[in-house]
Amino acid sequence: MAMLAWLGLLWIVVTRFSDLLEAVGGRWDEQLAVVMVAAGLIMSWVWAWRDLERSREIKVLGVSQWDLAVRAFSKNRTAVAGLIVIVALYVVALVTPLIAPHEPSVQYDLVSQRLVGMSATHPLGTDQFARDVFSRLLYGARISLTIGFLAVAISVTIGTLLGAIAGFMGGYVDSAIMRFVDMVIAFPRLVLLITIVAIFEPSIFLIVAVLGLTLWPSTARIVRGEVLSLREREFIQAAEALGYSKRRIILRHLIPNVLAPVIVAATLGIGNTIVLEAGLSFLGLGVQPPTPSWGTMVADGRTHLLDAWWLSTFPGLAIVFTVLSFNLVGDGLRDALDPRLRT
Amino acid sequence: MTKYILRRLLGAVPLVLGIATIIFFLVNLAPGDPALLLLSPGMSQEVVEQMRANFGLDQPTHIRYVKWVGAMLTGDFGYSFSHSRPVVAVLMNFFPNTLLLSLCALLVAFVGGIVLGTIQAVRQYSFTDSSLSVVLLFFYSMPSFWLALMLILSMSVFARNVWHLPIWFPASGMTGSDYDFLSAGAQFKDRVMHLVLPTMSLALVLMAGIARYMRGSMLEVIRQDFVRTAHAKGLPERVVVFKHALRNAVIPIITLIGLYIPVLFSGTVFIEVVFAWPGMGRTIVDAIFTRDYPLVMAGTFFFATIVVLANLVADILYAVVDPRIRYE
Repeated sequence: MAMLAWLGLLWIVVTRFSDLLEAVGGRWDEQLAVVMVAAGLIMSWVWAWRDLERSREIKVLGVSQWDLAVRAFSKNRTAVAGLIVIVALYVVALVTPLIAPHEPSVQYDLVSQRLVGMSATHPLGTDQFARDVFSRLLYGARISLTIGFLAVAISVTIGTLLGAIAGFMGGYVDSAIMRFVDMVIAFPRLVLLITIVAIFEPSIFLIVAVLGLTLWPSTARIVRGEVLSLREREFIQAAEALGYSKRRIILRHLIPNVLAPVIVAATLGIGNTIVLEAGLSFLGLGVQPPTPSWGTMVADGRTHLLDAWWLSTFPGLAIVFTVLSFNLVGDGLRDALDPRLRT
Repeated sequence: MTKYILRRLLGAVPLVLGIATIIFFLVNLAPGDPALLLLSPGMSQEVVEQMRANFGLDQPTHIRYVKWVGAMLTGDFGYSFSHSRPVVAVLMNFFPNTLLLSLCALLVAFVGGIVLGTIQAVRQYSFTDSSLSVVLLFFYSMPSFWLALMLILSMSVFARNVWHLPIWFPASGMTGSDYDFLSAGAQFKDRVMHLVLPTMSLALVLMAGIARYMRGSMLEVIRQDFVRTAHAKGLPERVVVFKHALRNAVIPIITLIGLYIPVLFSGTVFIEVVFAWPGMGRTIVDAIFTRDYPLVMAGTFFFATIVVLANLVADILYAVVDPRIRYE
């Protein structure tokens, strides 16, 4: 595994050495890509080395809950496949400027290169402005993955905190928070999203904020449910008896114990968020052109459905496979983290 | 029972009011003056002021809020700028179309999902089970708007022009261009044909989710003692599965109706845009682009209220179907 990753990165370095040198003095994302390649090279080397070392060592048996979960997860083949796809996607997204064959917004000759089908120079054809679809697809991965990750990070933080507070405090605090949660969940989320995005100017920052701020109620519900049952357990009563502050009990004792379902919900949430972001972009309310995003690419292809089927097919397939991988990993995590389902 | 329903209805009232409040303040936070939409450049300042006063835009926000809630309670949602008609008339015009589409999709999704989930559970770990799981997860991960485009591409464009199949489906609208000249039977057929692709694109994604739940629910029921008893009595497999197990396995699925109605409405927004279906979702999207705020507010409120009601109905259905649930 590690050796493969290392060889892959080495291949990039060898084949695109001149680009690499250029990129060192280039835009910020190109520099980031160079740093990522260097870091990736070193890390995969170290990892491969450690694998070799470890295979010679005698294993010491000390099994924690997390070790058991990791073991159960790695037995699940489809989930591991999903995880590999996700890691590969993030690596590709970070080194995109170095591996994309063309610039995403460069327009080639509009007369001869417009809406051309698949060929050696343009693996997935060109679009209505004679831009390379494959390169745009690679750059689009950065947008989708970044938005998905950031939005879910925001919502998980807020949801976990508010859910834990509601569950632990009870009373007025609980009912106030949970009624608000009910209200946000009752909204058709997409309608709320398009209203907010349409009212303010659409931008990547706004989309991340809005997606993050509308996703948290479901996490809050899960966490509250877990906390309600945890609150009655002895170790929480012990913490209370020791006179710890509420803040300390929530942050240090409750939240670490509800993380398992939250991680599962977050993984499945990233897939959901990527679909939603694509939907917003599809309606023209998401990422604005010329920045390539999978949703806008599908929307662009819609007007050329009759004469260039590849335009909306491939970005859509990219969405499906990305989301599928997140769902597979989410399912695998749920099976691995829930001891009742573990075999 | 009546008491339980009444209490749940009362509980929904503050929820609906809260939703109305959020919508109002969200829309009124918006930059840009909606009155500008109706103005032409040469207008004098007095006319502008007069128009703002006509729409009540010259008053402070909190007074407009009270007025809006008051008007809403009497069923008056204001006047749509872009359609030049009362908002209620606009919504009533488009809502039946959305209802038709979503009910068809809901029906197909639930029937299909329950059947597929049952098949998977009965044949657990077989080739059928695992291949269905993969296919369903594939659909589950799919954005409905892309599925819609792909269905148009394959079932409409390619089926007609490339593969020359005997059957292909129309790609947009509710009726064909020659609808008015058809006989009654042909009109019905025309409508059904136009309904197929939008319904499929909505239903397939939902169906995948329902089948996943159904499989889990059915697996739980199948392992229970009463199913073993039924088998032991010598009942045929068909009767055990469909008469004894299915009824119990469907109960948790009913709560999914409440959960899926918001998903379904979000889906109709895309599907209506893709298929040029004259429904609520497309109207709201258009209203947002033309900054027709009364229509946006009323449409969003209408959607949200239906979701609250659907959740209520699902809860009550759940209580009706499962006598073990106490009406506390």
